[in-house]
Amino acid sequence: MTDRARIRRRDFVKALGGGILVLVSLPSPGLVSDAAAQQRRGYPTDVNAYLHIAEDGKVTLYSGKIEMGQGVMTSLTQMAAEDLGVALESIHIVMGDTETCPFDAGTWGSLTTRMFGPAVRAAAAQARLILTDLAARRLGVPRAALSVENGVVFVTAARSRRVAFGELARGQRITHTVDERAVLRSVREFTVMGRSPKRLDGREKLTGAAKYTADIRLPGMLYARIVRPPAHGATLRRLDTSAAEAVAGVQVVNHDGLVAVLSPDWETSDRAVRLVRADWDVPAPAFDTESVFEHLVQAAPEGRTSESAGDVEAGRRLSARTFDVTYRHPYVAHAPMEPHAALAEVKDGKATVWASTQSPFGLQPQIARAIGFRAEDVRVITPYVGGGFGGKAACPQAAEAARLALAAGRPVQVALTRSEEFFYDTFDPAALVRVVSGMDAAGRLTLWDYQVYGAGDRGTEVFYDVPDRRVRVYGTWSGGGAAGYHLFGVGPWRAPGANTNRFAAEQQIDAMASAAGIDPLEFRLRNTKDPRMLAVLRAVGQASEWQPGAAPRRTGRGRGLACGIDAGTYVAHVAEVTVDRATGAVEVERVVCAQEMGIVVNPDGAKMQMEGCITMGLGYALAEEVRFEGGRILDTNFGTYALPRFSWVPRIETVLVPNDDLAPQGGGEPAIVTMGAVLANAIFDATGARMRRLPMTPERVLAEIRRG
Amino acid sequence: MRDSIRFRLNGRPVSLTTDGTRKLLWVLRNDLELTGTKYGCGEGVCGSCTVLVDGRAVHACQADVASVQGKKVVTIEGLARGDRLHPLQQAFHDHGALQCGYCTPGMILGAVALLQANQRPTREQIVQGMEGHLCRCGAHQRIIAAIEAASGQRGGRDD
Repeated sequence: MTDRARIRRRDFVKALGGGILVLVSLPSPGLVSDAAAQQRRGYPTDVNAYLHIAEDGKVTLYSGKIEMGQGVMTSLTQMAAEDLGVALESIHIVMGDTETCPFDAGTWGSLTTRMFGPAVRAAAAQARLILTDLAARRLGVPRAALSVENGVVFVTAARSRRVAFGELARGQRITHTVDERAVLRSVREFTVMGRSPKRLDGREKLTGAAKYTADIRLPGMLYARIVRPPAHGATLRRLDTSAAEAVAGVQVVNHDGLVAVLSPDWETSDRAVRLVRADWDVPAPAFDTESVFEHLVQAAPEGRTSESAGDVEAGRRLSARTFDVTYRHPYVAHAPMEPHAALAEVKDGKATVWASTQSPFGLQPQIARAIGFRAEDVRVITPYVGGGFGGKAACPQAAEAARLALAAGRPVQVALTRSEEFFYDTFDPAALVRVVSGMDAAGRLTLWDYQVYGAGDRGTEVFYDVPDRRVRVYGTWSGGGAAGYHLFGVGPWRAPGANTNRFAAEQQIDAMASAAGIDPLEFRLRNTKDPRMLAVLRAVGQASEWQPGAAPRRTGRGRGLACGIDAGTYVAHVAEVTVDRATGAVEVERVVCAQEMGIVVNPDGAKMQMEGCITMGLGYALAEEVRFEGGRILDTNFGTYALPRFSWVPRIETVLVPNDDLAPQGGGEPAIVTMGAVLANAIFDATGARMRRLPMTPERVLAEIRRG
Repeated sequence: MRDSIRFRLNGRPVSLTTDGTRKLLWVLRNDLELTGTKYGCGEGVCGSCTVLVDGRAVHACQADVASVQGKKVVTIEGLARGDRLHPLQQAFHDHGALQCGYCTPGMILGAVALLQANQRPTREQIVQGMEGHLCRCGAHQRIIAAIEAASGQRGGRDD
């Protein structure tokens, strides 16, 4: 630890006052991804959480994670309460504030419960130990004679001899650091919690009291509407803001090309921004929704081999039949119900920015750079986030708001309209997958030659037994923009890349099962020895009352199966659909999902995430596609970009397959990754038509049915 | 244009002088600082800004504030009675029918209007009645269960 980091840690500790503070130090990869960057910014490099018991007995958990609906506010608090020995309600959690919380790279990758949970539990267990020892001294008994319940330590044999946490913490100034070994020990000692308390954020969200970024009000604040280009890549040729400036109460700010109309109310700014006359040069369109796939193959960067075994040429020779199929995935929007928003206040050389972000600590240096401040003079506070799904990993509005607040000398809110939200989204990238696979005469896999363009390698892991296999990956799901491989800014979208990859891989397997005349479940069971995969496949077969039989049955009704691994968790889905063969419309009647995720911290919370994944997955599978022409985005609101609605939602049944020998695995993403494939396989069973391009709109389904 | 607008908001009289063509959503959020009513699409296609006007669900992003002159408006902030949640709020809580919570106020008020018009809707009627409300987190199945559980119950404020 550098001197600066040490000082910084001391400041944190001092700011909390007396009592008992347990710091968690967990320098494991994945949890702390960029130690050098943290150190430069003055954060302790090795502390991931604080648990503080104040002198009045108040317990506060500080975490750099944020709550965007995934329920970690509840699950982290639940874990702390369990191990500390206090009631759930007596713990206060502070999240996503760069001033008071320890560094955290970002809330994504289904990492919170998996990586951060054990750290919280270890901290709580340590705090309980410290408190018990203090009580032992105070009561003059050995530690073993004591019990803890509801924030009170008492002599087990004489309950009236008791002392509360607050009394024990009074006058103390104890700082204890829990290290990685203690955390791992706590993972081993996990007992299945198996309880599902109601969401701690529920009441606030149900009564309208919950504050999201755009709900924060500051005295004298101004609402910005920014002059935006009509297309990506457009350059401003001429600008005339005089008519906007003439509107009462309006000021126009131009901060190095960021032109914004500001006023004390949003509607006035919105009216005035429409009076700005801006002429743009829009480059001629190079690609559109249809031609993007050629671009992805032609402009592909150098590929890398993410997995390889045997020799694919030998595999080809050993195959009795080979299958060469190309699959396509379009740009898909995150479309959280809360559009991106930020509110910035610059005062006395310090900037405070409230932002709808999945990465408050990531924003801090971005904002600092944009306004020429030191990162430590920028504080980012994250209120409730109204859905992220990866889309709020980026939040450029925070820097925009800070620049405008600096220029205007008053607090400024930048809240995107829905059309701006679609325009500036970091999409799930358009991608293409080509799979050449083979099997022998007995239906055993002999070849898997997999190439993915634009989506990265998540979800490509070959868990089937294929001796000769290779996975080649061209480009990733991040980056993009004017000159990049990706035509637009792209970024993580709930299980980034895995939806594309499972769509391809699980259809490919299904097509082979069909060609072999083997039941799709039986085919998968025969071709993998992975015990966790076998367990979820058998579980979903049982829960869905799967009847053996090869696809397609071509009756207009169909059932599909698909499976995958994501974030350490295994999933298998069965879907039942009806396809209207005259219109191509697909109705999903039932989805059954079996999931094995190691120890389950909060079963109802886990199921809620599975249901959310399945429902959200209906969208990208059946309807979602951002259409574009060159730099122009053609879908800019829900009128043409359809999200799943109530009438789409099938009967959803979720099964958690127990595995208490394994630490908690990811829960926020896995159950979405197979949704494209499971519906495609069900459509195939119903009609005999193979859907190799997402989304599977009625027009496309009809076209494939007619192609026969 | 300055107009004098009077209406009852969550049971209390409100009087303001403003341009009557302004949208109710922004008057609620900015002038009256009731931020529970959310902006979602600005086109009346997502349901996030739903409020009750004389007991009927209205998209506040589409309604001129002059249109509520003399009427009763209920926002999410006015639904509970003190600490006691409205039966629908309670049912949403009990069924875990929310995640990020951003669509929740509009969703609950839409459901209140639905149950006021039809005390015992079928599942199909609930689906149809809620079709205009988007939820990106995918809480739909639990929302339907919550509305089914709350149907037939009465309570809370509807004025």
